[in-house]
Amino acid sequence: MTTVTNGVNVQALLDAREVLKGAPEAAQFTWRASSTWRDGVHSTTTVQDFFGLGEERSHKTESVFEADHPEVFAAEDNGITPIEYLLVGLASCLTAGVASVAQNRGIQLRSVQAAVEGRHDIRGILGADSDVRNGFNDIKVTFTIDADASPQEIEALVAQSQKRSAVFDALTNPTDVTVEVA
Amino acid sequence: MSPSKSPEDRAIEHTDALVVGAGHAGLAVSRFLGGAGIDHLVLERGEVGNSWRRERWDSLRLLTPNWLTRLPDHPYQGPDPDGYLTAREVADFIGGFAAASRAPVRTGTEVTSVRAVADGRGRDGYLVRTDQGEIRARSVVIASGACNVPVVPGFKDALPDSVRQLTPFDYTGPAALPEGGVLVVGGSATGVQLAAELRRSGRPVVLSTGEHVRLPRTYRGRDVLWWMQSSGVWDQRHDEVDDLERARALPSPQLVGTPERSTLDLNALIELGVEPVGRWAAVRDGRALFSGGLRNVCSLADLKMERLLDTFDEWARKYADDDLTDEPQRFAPTRVPASARLQLDLRGGEIQTVVWATGFRPDYRWLDVPVLDAKGRLRHVGGVVSDSPGLYAVGLPVLRRRKSTFIHGAEDDAREVVEHLAGYLAGRH
Ligand SMILES: Cc1cc2nc3c(=O)[nH]c(=O)nc-3n(C[C@H](O)[C@H](O)[C@H](O)COP(=O)(O)OP(=O)(O)OC[C@H]3O[C@@H](n4cnc5c(N)ncnc54)[C@H](O)[C@@H]3O)c2cc1C
Repeated sequence: MTTVTNGVNVQALLDAREVLKGAPEAAQFTWRASSTWRDGVHSTTTVQDFFGLGEERSHKTESVFEADHPEVFAAEDNGITPIEYLLVGLASCLTAGVASVAQNRGIQLRSVQAAVEGRHDIRGILGADSDVRNGFNDIKVTFTIDADASPQEIEALVAQSQKRSAVFDALTNPTDVTVEVA
Repeated sequence: MSPSKSPEDRAIEHTDALVVGAGHAGLAVSRFLGGAGIDHLVLERGEVGNSWRRERWDSLRLLTPNWLTRLPDHPYQGPDPDGYLTAREVADFIGGFAAASRAPVRTGTEVTSVRAVADGRGRDGYLVRTDQGEIRARSVVIASGACNVPVVPGFKDALPDSVRQLTPFDYTGPAALPEGGVLVVGGSATGVQLAAELRRSGRPVVLSTGEHVRLPRTYRGRDVLWWMQSSGVWDQRHDEVDDLERARALPSPQLVGTPERSTLDLNALIELGVEPVGRWAAVRDGRALFSGGLRNVCSLADLKMERLLDTFDEWARKYADDDLTDEPQRFAPTRVPASARLQLDLRGGEIQTVVWATGFRPDYRWLDVPVLDAKGRLRHVGGVVSDSPGLYAVGLPVLRRRKSTFIHGAEDDAREVVEHLAGYLAGRH
């Protein structure tokens, strides 16, 4: 058997799965982000701390995300639009899934590219037509994968990565969202 | 204390093995217990083969063909080996088996409690309470069925009152439903069968489906279950299956038993005019919200079917005899609608009835032995409930083999479980 090196420590994930089966409390994570309004529709969001495996934890460094609107929206374009962050999340989550599943199935990856397109009718957010929703009409992800695998195995990788994707689930299923004033 | 039996002890009936339930599984166990000369009793709350008499809809036929319908020394012997029995015929077939094996069945006797008891004199066992009195048993076999209660999602309570809700236990046939649209929930055998018959009755039907198991009815000229059987897939043992938990949770395959032997996958349903939507995720403001992941659950089902057919072809290349002349086939991918609906207004009148084909679970309320896991499932290894010596189970999904819950799957499991039980009674473990 050749050793596959996609850089995913699948054994650690499988071990965690076994341990957490018997310890559902430890499996409870809370992810956090903190956002500050700058000016106009520009805001800065930072992410560093989270809770998991029973205690407060931190990423190695703080990540900073600028969000704004493009100039065609009469804004300054200090960063990508908030809805584009959803595409970032989806693409990176599915890609991570492809790598993990490939590692688990013994498939060596050479390259993985994902092109993501979210179609958006902005009449919704502008209130120009009440029949149009605010969010995406639909999202299309196209993977181009070079790997030691048959086309069918690659299809299966991509299907399985959707099945186990947090962001795919969050986008395709309703989530209870509470927004309140502190 | 004198070693003689106490008065209470003398009044109570004793048996070496007590089987709960006279479905095919309990009766198969009884057959082997009898064969081993083990004193036993089978208690049944209703009649023999009760679930086939009381818990199936009118049009139901087995999805397993007659040639496969067999219990120990009791094969189907009718004129139509390629046909599929009706529920009534299954009940009669099981009744015939009970009579032929002279099973010691007590019908009309409901088990209301099973408790482990230790009398301190080395005669540990179980105290079984029934609505007809108490019995002491050295061992107990749970054969009360895997499908006692329909499972329905918690959000059922959020549906508007104007929508009628049915489970497969309440459903008899299309004629008993109000006119108008039906939302069938669940893409397993039950869901696809009810969706098809409701659509054929002229009603608009929406079918909500999550992950499902797609199969063609026939493959290379044979019933697909001939392939499952011959290639050995169904014989795969519980200790060989990669992910046992997943195998045990697998929904039933999209199959129906009809004289035409037609396939009933999502493409066939779409052809009939059934509208597929994604998994029903929630109810919000009287609206059903469906998952946007329909395309992926269909790809998963298509890919899994292809892999299974690959397995069949590989087996055929190696082992099949020469009369298997039909060439390998491949089937068109599921024709997922370009944009499946993501929500449906349940107050709008479009949907008059919701049919929950969302699975079944066992009912263990009578089992007063702490052997259930956090999700209410029985902890066992191949039907041996190791946490409580002398307690056994049959008829659960992938109990010992992939075929465990099917009628023809009972024989091998019952034989092995009884072997273990006989060893236990003999003091070997
Ligand atoms: C809709 C449906 C379709 C199916 N189609 C097929 C098919 O086509 N082919 C196939 O091979 N399999 C099929 N099965 C699977 C399986 O064959 C059936 O579920 C079958 O009924 C299982 O047999 P059993 O003996 O394990 O349980 P059951 O038939 O449910 O028998 C259990 C018995 O225990 C009794 N009982 C339960 N609790 C108590 C108690 N506390 N005290 C006394 N008695 C009790 C019940 O009354 C019942 O008679 C189908 C299942 C369902 C639900």
